[in-house]
Amino acid sequence: MANMAQAVRMALHYAEENLGVMDIFGEDVGPPLGGVFTATQGLKNAWNSPLDERGIIGTAIGLAMAGQRPVAEIQFADYIYNTIDLLKIAGNTLWSSNGDWNLPMVVKTPVGSGIRGSIYHSHSFDATATHIPGWKIVMPSNPLDAYGLMLAACQELNPVMYLEPKALLRVKGEERIPGEPEDEKQLSKMIDAPLGDRSAWKPQWPALQPYVVPIGQGKVVREGAQVTVVSYGRTLPLCAKAADSLREQGVSAEVIDLRTLWPYDWNLIKGSIEKTGRVLYVNEDTEVTNFGEHLVRRTVDELFYKLLAPPRLLAGKFVPGIGLADSLEMASVPQQADITEAIRKLASEEP
Amino acid sequence: MSRPRLINREEASAPLDRELLVRLHDLMVKTRVLEERLIQMYKQGHGYFWIGGPGEEAFNVPLGLLMKKGQGLDHDYLHAHYRQSGTLLAMGEEPIGALRQMKNTATDPYSGGRNFAGHFSKREWNIAPVSSPIEVQYSIAPGTAMAQKRHGGDGITIVTGGDAGTAEGDFASCLVWSSRPANPLPLLIIVTNNKWGISTTADGQHGETRISDRARAFNIRCKTINGNDPLESYRELKEAMDYVRKERKPFMLEALVSRLYGHSSASGANFVTNEVDCLKEFEAKLEKEGVLTREQMDALRSRYTEDLATAARQVRDEPQPAPETIWNHIYAEKK
Repeated sequence: MANMAQAVRMALHYAEENLGVMDIFGEDVGPPLGGVFTATQGLKNAWNSPLDERGIIGTAIGLAMAGQRPVAEIQFADYIYNTIDLLKIAGNTLWSSNGDWNLPMVVKTPVGSGIRGSIYHSHSFDATATHIPGWKIVMPSNPLDAYGLMLAACQELNPVMYLEPKALLRVKGEERIPGEPEDEKQLSKMIDAPLGDRSAWKPQWPALQPYVVPIGQGKVVREGAQVTVVSYGRTLPLCAKAADSLREQGVSAEVIDLRTLWPYDWNLIKGSIEKTGRVLYVNEDTEVTNFGEHLVRRTVDELFYKLLAPPRLLAGKFVPGIGLADSLEMASVPQQADITEAIRKLASEEP
Repeated sequence: MSRPRLINREEASAPLDRELLVRLHDLMVKTRVLEERLIQMYKQGHGYFWIGGPGEEAFNVPLGLLMKKGQGLDHDYLHAHYRQSGTLLAMGEEPIGALRQMKNTATDPYSGGRNFAGHFSKREWNIAPVSSPIEVQYSIAPGTAMAQKRHGGDGITIVTGGDAGTAEGDFASCLVWSSRPANPLPLLIIVTNNKWGISTTADGQHGETRISDRARAFNIRCKTINGNDPLESYRELKEAMDYVRKERKPFMLEALVSRLYGHSSASGANFVTNEVDCLKEFEAKLEKEGVLTREQMDALRSRYTEDLATAARQVRDEPQPAPETIWNHIYAEKK
């Protein structure tokens, strides 16, 4: 099966062939490297930009104004912060022009921990991104969703922030992307650039088929009755694994992959909480003014009398950065044991 | 009337005929009267904030006249700043729209009562929305220019901003992105230099002799001109635009202009007497050369003053946007 980086690459290939995407750009996005995570290797419309994040976001806005469908990359979300006012502008241009100028653009950026990236290759961006109105924000947790969300993003009329959980970019999927060859070695041979000189290399793209994960649609990945767990990105597979291991111990957890952070699938969350009476929100951004806090607040506002226990949030520690040492990273963001324990504890909580 | 000497000057590469001189003057007066009306509306409590471009008419009006107006890649894109009413009027915009934006009415054609005065936006003419953060338009402009380069034809992108804003990194971004040997862009980079940054004088910022000198390091052709002279502005803009249209490469034009009513209403919006008034100078020339008489020019001003006063009265009675409209236009939807 394809990994997430290959899935993104295939989605972008589909988009440049079929959806009018003519610019896939950012630092080291074009040849020879094709992205530091290889997600843009071999794409005919990928090109290298200057090392200038403000120029990247600004140019994407301009291209979108001119009716193009740019996909811009910020190499690591850690370096997106100096573009915040441009992200604000991308989000408010339609509104401030009273509906005159819409911006069909995608900004993709790897986020979060998991590669021992230390202070400036580990930032999450979901809390900040969800604080910028006018954007749609997606974050896949597996290759098939990565493919389907990218195809959706490239057909949007509005700015889409596509957050790539970098810990999962090399993880293979469990479901096949439509058109993906059965043999993963064959896929690699077809679309992975060779090491060394690549100047003569050209990918052989499989006959990819359209597959769209609609923006705004979450997914129940584990059904359960006692507790609802809502997550996305890196922590989602950990939540699913926790649900599997707890099931053997008699705990029934329902796990929802949110997939879109904004506008999010409240009906799916609400329906699940009404069934279980308990909810745990899990993500790895810092826990103060965290997106999960909004979800907790909405849960209290709308579902208070349905609850059997207080809604909980398990998120990253509110510390200035994620330290390089294994012990520091593990202590800073939720790990498997933290998640399993939090679900177990909440599942048995009674009024 | 015989051909005035003014337009036969030998240094003029493109002689300007009488009709054009009269048109330039007409639009400069109209722009000045509009800005003065906007200031008056602010002072009378019919708006919360004024910012605009009195003192830049001699440059902004020719710019608007020379733009290839329309929507899409075959036409010119303008990424303007908030002193650009002269350009909009020269393109044919009705001044009442600016009054509506000042009064933040639901009828405001640029933002529906959401944004400050002078923050124009008109997709139909490729006028990108003006936004308050200084200089961001210089990071955005390469995008439209890039699309035009790929598209072909002779449409260009024009970006304008002030001298103080060139301290922002976005200005450097614009120079870098437009001059890359891999893909030079048809981008006219304009700086209107009024020698002020709100209250900060030029010596508090500028070590460079000319702002246009910064373009030289990027092999971008550049020039500094007297933006207080509408004839020089017209000629130089035309030459620069012709170059960008034909060569598909960037050009940087620095225009020295005045700031006649201060930065904005935050600094009082009062007329200053120690800066060159481009309209006064142009009128003296027109009168001396026999293009227009004092009486004709006074009559024109009176007419526009009256028109704008009437328009302001009309705008005063127009409704504010309804509170529930805050939810409109957060996202575009497929039709």
